[in-house]
Amino acid sequence: MGIFRRGLSKTRGSFFGRITQIFGNSDIDDETWDDLEALLIQADLGLETTQTVMDFVRDEVASQGITKADQLEKLVKESLEALLDHPPRPLNISGRDLSIILIVGVNGSGKTTSIAKIANRLKRAGRNVMIAAADTFRAAAIEQIQRWGERIDVPVIANKPGSDPGAVVYDAIEAAKARKAEILIIDTAGRLHNNYNLMAELAKIEGVIEKAVPDAPHEILLVLDGTTGQNALQQGMKFSDSVDISGLVITKLDGTAKGGMIFSVYNDLDVPVQFIGLGEGVDDLVYFNPENFVNSLFEDKT
Amino acid sequence: MFESLGKRLQNTFDSLGRGGRVTEDDVKSVMRDVRMALLEADVALPIVKEFVKATREEALGAEVHKSRRPDQEVITIVRRQLIETLGEAGRLDFSRSQRPHVIMMVGLQGSGKTTSAAKLALHLRKKENRKPFMIAADTYRPAAVDQLVTLAKQIGVDYHEEGTSAKPEDIAKRGVEAAKNVGADVVIIDTAGRLQIDDTLMGELEEIKRRTKPAEVLLVADAMTGQEAVNIATGFNERVGITGLILTKVDGDARGGAALSMRSVTGVPIKFMGMGEKISEDTLEVFHPDRIADRILGMGDLGTLLEQAEELYEEEEAMKLQKKMLENNFTLQDFLEQMQKIKKMGPITKVMGMIPGFSKLQMQGMVDDQEVEGRMKMVEAIINSMTIKERNNYKILKASHKKRIANGSGVTVKDVNDLIKQYRQMQKMMDQLRKGKFPKIPGMPNLGF
Repeated sequence: MGIFRRGLSKTRGSFFGRITQIFGNSDIDDETWDDLEALLIQADLGLETTQTVMDFVRDEVASQGITKADQLEKLVKESLEALLDHPPRPLNISGRDLSIILIVGVNGSGKTTSIAKIANRLKRAGRNVMIAAADTFRAAAIEQIQRWGERIDVPVIANKPGSDPGAVVYDAIEAAKARKAEILIIDTAGRLHNNYNLMAELAKIEGVIEKAVPDAPHEILLVLDGTTGQNALQQGMKFSDSVDISGLVITKLDGTAKGGMIFSVYNDLDVPVQFIGLGEGVDDLVYFNPENFVNSLFEDKT
Repeated sequence: MFESLGKRLQNTFDSLGRGGRVTEDDVKSVMRDVRMALLEADVALPIVKEFVKATREEALGAEVHKSRRPDQEVITIVRRQLIETLGEAGRLDFSRSQRPHVIMMVGLQGSGKTTSAAKLALHLRKKENRKPFMIAADTYRPAAVDQLVTLAKQIGVDYHEEGTSAKPEDIAKRGVEAAKNVGADVVIIDTAGRLQIDDTLMGELEEIKRRTKPAEVLLVADAMTGQEAVNIATGFNERVGITGLILTKVDGDARGGAALSMRSVTGVPIKFMGMGEKISEDTLEVFHPDRIADRILGMGDLGTLLEQAEELYEEEEAMKLQKKMLENNFTLQDFLEQMQKIKKMGPITKVMGMIPGFSKLQMQGMVDDQEVEGRMKMVEAIINSMTIKERNNYKILKASHKKRIANGSGVTVKDVNDLIKQYRQMQKMMDQLRKGKFPKIPGMPNLGF
């Protein structure tokens, strides 16, 4: 929890920190509503989610006969928590010989770094982890994941740059079976969700995995950049058109980015956020906890 | 296609002659939609407020063109204002620096610095006839140096790297010396991705800048960035002082409001747009403010409204054309002019790429840029080789004329005949339209009217 707060403190400072001002001990007036709306929009919640929250708070204010701004904070928090009400679910990576996690996302969202962090976390939890370097497209992507592999002491299965990612995936699964790995995490090339061919390639990779291990992949995590705005919704929708997204990873939330797109993507895809990235260090990836997330946003003291 | 043309013309008739001035009510309704569109496009809220205010003032009392409705007039003003705010594409400015001119690439993690650095190097060599040089000063991200080296080799550009143990500012400084030694004239320094609030790492950028005196410090920013764009641009600008922006991942479907936010808070020009991880001359383009403006506005009702306004702008011309078509007076000259208009919109397959479904065909190789463009060029050349009289009436063309035209345009007589055949088919189709019959056009869905 400590690191969770540390990373999010900047978010609090710049966004919800101001809530204290708005939610001061004054009467609720038009300006209060304008300020609240502005805060939500600037947190990248998007117009629709902002409207949902505003409507909820307005209704409550009316029905409970609230007149003071300092009572709004609790309502806003309630409303945001309600949007994240899917119960957290552990990763589906136990109870079989080999579990496979496929990692997908647009270019530069932080897939490779997230994989290293997830692998490290699982390894430290005593699991036997392997990584498949199936981003064969971007220059030195293979070297990047290999360096991480050395650093966290996790084997990385790779082939030559430019080789067929499906073949790499197949080889990696064979290697994982042979070496009795429990979890195989597959890195894929960054691809924009509106690129037809690359999305088709992703579906093909999923097919290769399914063929090699019948009920796999057991998790398909979409990595979203926390600084992304409303396009995150498009990414969510189009990636889930191609593959069965089972969860989200939101990266780069250690900056001043507010991460408000989480609310709408979460609701839209109906899949949980599994991890959030809060920094460059290998330990700066934490399990997402909706309650903590909302609570942390509203804490005044760092 | 024809259906909407009809509708638009109907709209024109409805509103013709209203003229007058834009009233407060006209502005109010459109600006509400504009505000929403901008926010949905991820333009930062303070910028939206500023933009809406300025545009409202601009639009109030403006004269309504006789071919437009007042709301169409307002949206036209909005678009113009947006393009102006986005600004002209900035060029790389080496006028106040000495060779080798240094370009520093800065930005957040994953924004596309290394890829853009390589594209820029290629651009400088191929389009600006420079001798570029690359320096790998990202010592943090694993294999970032390998990535730069791989790309530099791939495009055949000299580079300097010292692995990951030296300090980035030392690598940068020594790299510039190395560039001098090989006679390079532009040096691109790739730096590690960092948060604008990371004091230590921002200090490092200041140090690189102090020691290499760059002509350009380019902030590389992801087109998908949300409200955070303001903080990123302000943060980098205040600490390092940026001279321009590169907008990346423009091949995505993000509406790119970040461009407006960043441009507005820094005042520096957007210089390039990056599209894709492939390094080629085609994946780094000079910034087009009109394209980004249309993306920002171009959705839903507002997009339709904008489209109508644009179309109606040339209302008189369109009416003339319509009349010509109906009277079967659509000549080869008209055909040429129409084609040239389409060409102005950009490379034809890119224009087609904006149409849903076509981008797919393009990728599957079913639509070939060169083939389509080559074909258009040929048609243009043929018509250009005709006299005005011939263009207005193809029937006067005799074999000797065709031979002259073929020679003049560097094609065969068969090509000339093919063009005329196609033109006649088009005429026939229009004739049927005129008579109220609706021909089935091969390959086109039922037009439904």
